[in-house]
Formats: sequence, C-alpha cells, structure tokens
Amino acid sequence: MVSQNKKKIVIEATLDNLGKVNDFVEDFFKEKECSPKVRMQLEVVVEEIFTNIANYAYGDDVGQVTIEGSLEDDAAKFRLKFMDHGVPYNPLKQPEPDITTGVDERTVGGLGIFLVKKSVDDISYQHEDGQNILTIVKVI
Amino acid sequence: MEIKKELNGNKLKISLVGRLDAVSAGDLDKVIQNDLNGIDELTFDFAALDFVASAGLRVLLVAQKRMNKQGTMKILHVNEEVMDVLEMTGFSNFLDIVD
Repeated sequence: MVSQNKKKIVIEATLDNLGKVNDFVEDFFKEKECSPKVRMQLEVVVEEIFTNIANYAYGDDVGQVTIEGSLEDDAAKFRLKFMDHGVPYNPLKQPEPDITTGVDERTVGGLGIFLVKKSVDDISYQHEDGQNILTIVKVI
Repeated sequence: MEIKKELNGNKLKISLVGRLDAVSAGDLDKVIQNDLNGIDELTFDFAALDFVASAGLRVLLVAQKRMNKQGTMKILHVNEEVMDVLEMTGFSNFLDIVD
C-alpha cells in the first residue's frame, strides 16, 4: 500500500516567507522520524530554491509560488514541488560551478542549485501551462 | 541572525548566532564593507551558527578576498553540517578553518 500524505501552500515569493516554507516542510516530519542531517539537507533545498524564486522569478514584481509536499512509498520518500509563473527558467541548465578554483578567481554563481543537487536523490524541471515546475525527491 | 563583534586593536572577532542565509547575509555584508578598515586579523566564531546557505558563502568569499589583501582570516568552531556545505562547495580549500 502506498501511503500519501500530501499538502500544499500558496504564498508570495518574498524572503520574509522563507520561515513559513521551512515550517511547512517541518510539518511533514512531526510524526515521521527524520535524521538531523536529512532535516538540514531539506532546509538547504528550501532556502536555495525558494530564495531563487523570490529574487528572480518575477523581476521587480512580487508573485506567488505554489509548494506541494508529499510523503511517498510508505513515508520512505519526500517529494517537494515548487511552481511559479515567473520568467521561464530551468535552473538545471546552469553550468556547475568550478569548485576547485582558488579564491581569487572563485565566483558564487550556480552554487545554490549545486547544493540542492547534492542534497537530493532526484531533481527535475518542467515548463507547463506557463509555470516553472521544479521537483525534488529525497529518500528519508 | 545575531552578529556579535569584539574589537581588540586591529583584531576583530565576529560571532554569528543563527542562520547565515539569503535573509541575513546582507547584514553581514554591511559589517564586511564597513568594519574591516585597518583590521589585520579577522576571526569568525561559528559555534552558534546553525546553517549556511549560498548567500552566506558569497559574503564569506568577499571577506576572504578582502582579508587576503590586508591580513588574515580564520573560522572557528564550525559544526558538522556547516562543514559539509563548506567541503561540498570547495570553500574549505581556501578558508582557514580552525577547530
């Protein structure tokens, strides 16, 4: 039997709402045990994806983001989906940062999504019905 | 995030409490821009830092580049999760991380 525990929120993509998104994700783990390391990795995911949407998706305007979370496969996996209707943008197409560069040549572009990729088991992007849809799956 | 500063002559110690992320990185950036004149030794104490995000890494990079010109910078008491991020991103290669 596949158990699903699905919830969603729709909020303004602004930095002050970051706490709300973290609370939303934490809610899934109130009854399901989750190691501190996994918790931290999910915080990285929320921070980097949500702040990118807040900073870039709508330019100078404020727009909404829909976030859907679900526990799957008898709560062995957590799926988190971010949907916005801002500027079409696939973050997975960003070239990976060169992490071996010395401090003088080092830049920070692309680090956020790089950290997300390292923190999840699967990540995918679609553009559908005018929405950017970024989905991650994490084994709990 | 709370930013605690301790100045001793040309030595500045900055202790961070909480999260260094997109919300708080700007505050630390202001300190880096305004309070480093004449400092030859910058020490960060991360004992109470729970979390660092890419926005925070950006500010640490700016600080390191600046201190490379005028003195030294080191980071104390990095916890396991923050260390993971610093290693994953190669930042631990050029930051002076001390136990």
